[in-house]
Amino acid sequence: MDDRVQDRDWIAASAVILDPTGLHARPAVKLTKLAKTFAAAVEISADHGVGWINAKSPNAVMKLKAGPGLPLHIRAEGEDAAAAVDALVALVERDFHD
Amino acid sequence: MTDAAGDERSFKGLGVSGGIVLGYAHVLGEQVCTRARGFSSVEEETRVFRAALGAAAAQIEALIAGEDKLAGDILEFQLALLEDDDLLEPVFSRIAGGMACDAAWAAVMDGEIAEYRRGGDDTLAERAADLADLKARVLRVLGGAGAEGGPIRDRSILIAAELTPSAFLGLDWTRLAGVATLGGSPTSHVAILARARGVNLMVGLDAPLDAFTNGTLLLLDPEQGILTLQPDQDAMTKAMGRMAEAAKEGKSAHTLLRRAAVTADGRRVYVLANIDDPDLLGTLWPNICDGVGLARTEFLFQRSLPGEEEQFAFYYRLIGWAGGRPVTIRTLDAGGDKPVPGLTIDGEANPFLGVRGMRLSLARPEIFRVQLRALLRAAALGPLKVMVPMVTVPAELETVRAMMHAELADLERAGAACAMPPLGMMVEVPAAALTAASFAADFYSIGSNDLIQYTMAAARDNASLSPLADPLNPAVLELIRRTVEAAHARGVEVSLCGDMASTPAYIGALLDAGLTALSCAPAQIGPVKLAISRYRPQSGVAPR
Repeated sequence: MDDRVQDRDWIAASAVILDPTGLHARPAVKLTKLAKTFAAAVEISADHGVGWINAKSPNAVMKLKAGPGLPLHIRAEGEDAAAAVDALVALVERDFHD
Repeated sequence: MTDAAGDERSFKGLGVSGGIVLGYAHVLGEQVCTRARGFSSVEEETRVFRAALGAAAAQIEALIAGEDKLAGDILEFQLALLEDDDLLEPVFSRIAGGMACDAAWAAVMDGEIAEYRRGGDDTLAERAADLADLKARVLRVLGGAGAEGGPIRDRSILIAAELTPSAFLGLDWTRLAGVATLGGSPTSHVAILARARGVNLMVGLDAPLDAFTNGTLLLLDPEQGILTLQPDQDAMTKAMGRMAEAAKEGKSAHTLLRRAAVTADGRRVYVLANIDDPDLLGTLWPNICDGVGLARTEFLFQRSLPGEEEQFAFYYRLIGWAGGRPVTIRTLDAGGDKPVPGLTIDGEANPFLGVRGMRLSLARPEIFRVQLRALLRAAALGPLKVMVPMVTVPAELETVRAMMHAELADLERAGAACAMPPLGMMVEVPAAALTAASFAADFYSIGSNDLIQYTMAAARDNASLSPLADPLNPAVLELIRRTVEAAHARGVEVSLCGDMASTPAYIGALLDAGLTALSCAPAQIGPVKLAISRYRPQSGVAPR
């Protein structure tokens, strides 16, 4: 799977999770809902090394256990990838508020 | 004695609220869906499963729409999972491999639940319960059942391993006779909800779930903490007698509802209502109480952080509802067993001794200020009092007062209608009870639930410690007495707003301690007034 992934043109960025509970139920749902509005493949990862997971899957996002105060890495691939990365970074940076 | 040849079995539990009642067993949980589907075809199983996902989503959406903010985030998360392609893909591939859709769904969800529990991460382990909830909901739909466990007959007594606040609020309690849960404790959040609504509830039931079959006759006795399966003739006769007695008491309590509460020796006692949920306002007449002694604000924070206007709207409604009676609103009391996603601090080793109540408010002043501003504006509308939970040392109360004055000045500069309300404190930490007189509080409100757990060092969510968490323990009563004395010495009001005040059996001890204002669950106002009307001071002096 990794080989295939490396062939693709990912656009990536990071943002620090401010919410003291980390990627909890409410932020996880918000993040996946936003990711789903883009056609691009969107993935996230955290520094504790579980690898990249699908940002459109609330179950996977929950299991990532991305903790507070740590960077969340975001990458996207596809037509609207740049917009997707910008939008997700902005969501994390405004602490998941509307 | 017995003529039914020993079919009767009794189980012990802890009574939370309500009285003796007869009903039919209805087991909530996986037993509901043991009837497995047979595999038809890949197309049919896929179609049936997709329809079940849609039906489950509709049920959850209805729950979310029902102003059920308490569990809003959790329900939103469950709803999102129903649309999670990564989660559903293995279900569809199992179906394609010839598995019936219910078995496929259960297998995938069981794997996920195990994974959530495995990590040793408390937050994730809590979410495992939501996955189990979702798994059961879809299985119920697949079993042909409707919402919430399907056809639950009238007069059912529900038997469940655990009941979440969302599950509790999703049930129609006007049709049900009661509920008994294996887990839970008398001071948990569901217990508070049950008491407010007068639901017959017993927790910590010492029985295996498989002891119960749907439709079996049950006698639920929360007063004595006993659940009897297939009661014999003798037990039935006794129960009928007690039910008749309870009905008479209920009638007496009902006739007292709209009268001011007075003890048998003529002392006036103020009975106020605890409001935990705005839905209660629509079902209550304010003229049955002397005001609101405790309005909780946690429900405002369940979905997301509420703005000043949203908070003000509720305070406005509450003060209007009370129609000139005093209203005491408690600032956010999150933490402990009341986490608020995005606000409370996860991963504290001991949340009950952690950053909860006003400690959390002071740690997040930007959020606290919004609530204070809404309260200061509401104070201009009527007789509002504001109290702060978990105060431990006088400096904390002074910090809050200073913040209020700063916000008041700011509102005044902006030309907003506002006023400084009396600022009181909850007395629920033993340190505060022991030194109550040293706080510059405008009033005291004793929170018996937390005062008991901190005095007895017995966590309120731990069912096995319930016998230790005795409200009548001399140490607890001593702390209540000292608080009352401090209030009298300082010439300020004092009341008690914990579950003790909602329990007729404890009213005597509270009046003995010198209290003359009690704030209780709305459904208990009648019974509490009845207990007050029967009270005579024991030999005229409070025991020392």
